[in-house]
Amino acid sequence: MRENLDQLSFVIAAYAVGVLATLVLVVWSWLSMKSAEKRRDEVRNK
Amino acid sequence: MHGFANPKRFLEIARWLTPLLLVSGLFLAASALAWGYFVVPPDRLMGETVRILFLHVPAAWLGMGGWTAIAISSIVFLVWRHPLAGLAARGAAVPGLVFTIICLATGSIWGRPTWGTWWVWDGRLTSMLVLMFLYIGYIALAQAVSRDGGSSRIPAIFGIVGAINIPIINRSVVWWNSLHQPPSITMGKSAIDNEFLIPLLVAVLGFSLLFGGIVLARMRTLLAEIQAEARLRRKAMASN
Repeated sequence: MRENLDQLSFVIAAYAVGVLATLVLVVWSWLSMKSAEKRRDEVRNK
Repeated sequence: MHGFANPKRFLEIARWLTPLLLVSGLFLAASALAWGYFVVPPDRLMGETVRILFLHVPAAWLGMGGWTAIAISSIVFLVWRHPLAGLAARGAAVPGLVFTIICLATGSIWGRPTWGTWWVWDGRLTSMLVLMFLYIGYIALAQAVSRDGGSSRIPAIFGIVGAINIPIINRSVVWWNSLHQPPSITMGKSAIDNEFLIPLLVAVLGFSLLFGGIVLARMRTLLAEIQAEARLRRKAMASN
């Protein structure tokens, strides 16, 4: 027997997981890159 | 190709290419997801859950593409000894892992209303789960080698050996009985209507650009860490 599930709530959950994980990955990659390059430049200029 | 193996030349290109790839990738991926959510009609069989595929398919493609990039870069690293190839392999690992997890999570969320279950131990799902563990193993190995000063060839060999899983994932739905559908897009042929296919291709392109930008950002991070470390070591030796 087929369950009567609200399909859109599964779509929203999947989008939330995917979009959030992608955004966290982009922001983390960008910030860690900036921080590592700043540290390298500081070491260079010391 | 050898010209791009120079870190200085690489940085000249990566400085403008990284934000360009990230911004264009974010724009295209967001547009494709909005297109898939608001414009594409429900599928005759899958209903509303078809919209999940605009996220699930690019994530699956990049999960497998990430490991393929690791394997190719590892071969280049071992054969031509290009240090940037080793960085490219390491740079692809974290985004590859994240997209593999997104693929598994969105596939599971799609499976519950469509198949009636969150998970089945069939060939496609299991081999994708194995890929996730391979990524975790590779990241742990590469970090241990970089921290403890072991040979960089060890993660490179692991990356090449792990690539055996990629054709297994790809052919799993053909070799074994599976709840997962067979490939809908093969060389030059598609079983998908253009109404779904075009936003799907835009999503794949957008997420691929984003992936490229993230890999470049990771490579720049690793390169900057190595350069800072080398500079500090030289200074410490000079002061002794």
